[in-house]
Amino acid sequence: MKFVDEFRDPESARTLLRNIEALVAKIPVCRARPLQIMEVCGGHTHSIFKYGIEQMLPRELELVHGPGCPVCVLPMGRVDDCVALAEHPNVIFTTFGDAMRVPGSRKSLLQAKAEGADVRMVYSPLDALKLARAHPTREVVFFALGFETTMPSTALTVLRAEAEGLGNFSVFCNHITIIPTIKAILDSPELTLDGFLGPGHVSMVVGTEPYRFIARTYGKPLVISGFEPLDILQSTWMVLKQISEGRCEIENQYQRVVPRAGNDLALAAVQRVFELREFFEWRGLGSIDHSGIRLRASYTRFDAEKRFSVPNLKIADPKSCQCGEVLKGVIKPWQCKVFGTACTPEAPLGSLMVSSEGACAAVYQYGGATLDNLRRRAATPSRVRRA
Amino acid sequence: MTETARLVPEPTRRRRSGRVSVERINLSHGSGGKAMRDLIDDVFVSAFGESLGALEDQACMPLAALSRHGDRLAFTTDSYVVDPLFFPGGDIGELAINGTINDLAMCGAQPLFLSCAVILEEGFPVSDLRRIAQSMQHAAQRAGVSVVTGDTKVVHRGAADKLFINTAGIGVVPLGVHIAAARAQPGDRILVNGFIGDHGVAILAARDDLELEVPIASDTQPLNGLVKALLAACPDVHCLRDATRGGIASVVNEIAEAAGVCIRLHEPSIPVREAVRGVSEILGLDPLYYANEGKLVAVLPSAHADAALAAMRAHPCGRDAALIGEVTAQPPGSVILQTSFGGERIVDMLVGEQLPRIC
Repeated sequence: MKFVDEFRDPESARTLLRNIEALVAKIPVCRARPLQIMEVCGGHTHSIFKYGIEQMLPRELELVHGPGCPVCVLPMGRVDDCVALAEHPNVIFTTFGDAMRVPGSRKSLLQAKAEGADVRMVYSPLDALKLARAHPTREVVFFALGFETTMPSTALTVLRAEAEGLGNFSVFCNHITIIPTIKAILDSPELTLDGFLGPGHVSMVVGTEPYRFIARTYGKPLVISGFEPLDILQSTWMVLKQISEGRCEIENQYQRVVPRAGNDLALAAVQRVFELREFFEWRGLGSIDHSGIRLRASYTRFDAEKRFSVPNLKIADPKSCQCGEVLKGVIKPWQCKVFGTACTPEAPLGSLMVSSEGACAAVYQYGGATLDNLRRRAATPSRVRRA
Repeated sequence: MTETARLVPEPTRRRRSGRVSVERINLSHGSGGKAMRDLIDDVFVSAFGESLGALEDQACMPLAALSRHGDRLAFTTDSYVVDPLFFPGGDIGELAINGTINDLAMCGAQPLFLSCAVILEEGFPVSDLRRIAQSMQHAAQRAGVSVVTGDTKVVHRGAADKLFINTAGIGVVPLGVHIAAARAQPGDRILVNGFIGDHGVAILAARDDLELEVPIASDTQPLNGLVKALLAACPDVHCLRDATRGGIASVVNEIAEAAGVCIRLHEPSIPVREAVRGVSEILGLDPLYYANEGKLVAVLPSAHADAALAAMRAHPCGRDAALIGEVTAQPPGSVILQTSFGGERIVDMLVGEQLPRIC
């Protein structure tokens, strides 16, 4: 397939892998402990597992799967709020598909739907707007979530609803912003990371500037990466190259998509509609200052949290769940006490097991085809059978 | 309320000729009275004709005739709820015939007789029902099977979505043919009879909500002829599965688990159309999990793999057949994909649904 296969060429991969191995051999720290590079974005995590990249890398190099899956970091209390909104008799609750199975404290949206709530899967916020036009007597709520990648489309949808004077459309806003979260990870006392693969699509919107502090203040290299397997290998090589040369910069491997200044139009729409929350709760990571986004006061009428009453309760993560440590790279998914036993993709306990972009689900489902991994899986009870 | 028929039509039987004059199905069409008789005559008897025979409460088949085909009966049933009912490459009626035929064919059985039960939602257009019944008859004729008994129910508006069909089928397994998932052995080769994922993508694209324009038609087709040709070339086929819901990935997982073997698939060898790959890239879905309605996975001894592949490619339902992998001993119960990129990963059973209600 044109413009896709070029980025999946096995021959180029072998060349890059040889170059990576050569660099790893030159970096002294690799002889004492594995070098850790975190891919911040869930899209990268998915690609890494889908193409089996992890096992292709030298043992001295570890990829840590970061907090960049917006579905995974959604706290249970917010899922409960979604369910409460969806169960409102006059509401059509619209959501992206992969949020349907995220467990709340009582149930997921999928279960609420089975119990009679009008929950509909959409592919774009504009689909929700279409539903609002088609059902003028119903209240259509769009479950907005995601980082800067999806924020502009929500903002533009709100602006469109305003322009059309739609009175029955609102947004349950759970957008989050990535920068404060990277900062929170960097401030963590347990931190052992040596560098980052920066998110591609977030950067397409925000540009490369917001990451400067990571290199300047924290002395860690970051390379903004594309999502194809060769992108990821090349970006990994670029991070290693910086480390081996004692440099620490923000570099952009994904130049075919990410402009230095980001996307002005998208940023303007986001600015107009949204503002930062004081703080926002992340599953596994706790409360992070200025990491959540809400609608500005001038758009209150499109804010589902204002239009309806939601429980807005803080629900603690299950005690046995170690999502936070996995997110920070302190432990690997399979080192979690409940991985593959109490927590599986069929019955997820922790959020990282829910979406295919979550590190645990990716390891469980796509897992490296290593004997260790297969043994772990073989010990897992009750694999799902086809009906 | 069951209306059935004898296998062998009696020439002296009086042919009824009721007609449905209304445009939409109403509750009286399921009442058991005259309106229902008219519907059955007009739609089903006119489509399935002679094979529906005398409209008794059951169909009777002479055992002697059946036993000429083999030594065991194969019996299966499946329900069809696909949405939309009509899609590029087929409709629910064709699916209901081919799907049940294929379930029978996967043990090597020659499919012979089918039943057809429909559940109709009040308000369903009679013209659509006629079209679907005709399409079922064409599919049955193509595969050489007869629809010999049936049933019609009508439910209140909202109690069912437009139309559901159940078909059950009877076939006969030839002497000496033993095909079962547990028979896969290390060293066996894995074959597939063509491009995977066409049906899943055709349904996805036919749904209004995605507004995707994809030049892909469903692959719905009967596989009994292909299986016959395959068995002629390689009588010792170990396993056959049609890769419907859950796709190729689920089928090979079932085989790996049943036989306690490892299945290794070679991604570059798996036939996937460009357009199917394109849709998968856009939506982040995996073609290995898309439903198919005319694709089978065959596991057979490596010594016969070339002959089997040639026989499949010589058949119209297997022109694009390919050798896609092999069976190894370790680690048992697992499926490993060698990716085109040069890595390896596990291919697991699908958890939950990739897509809502696909067949």
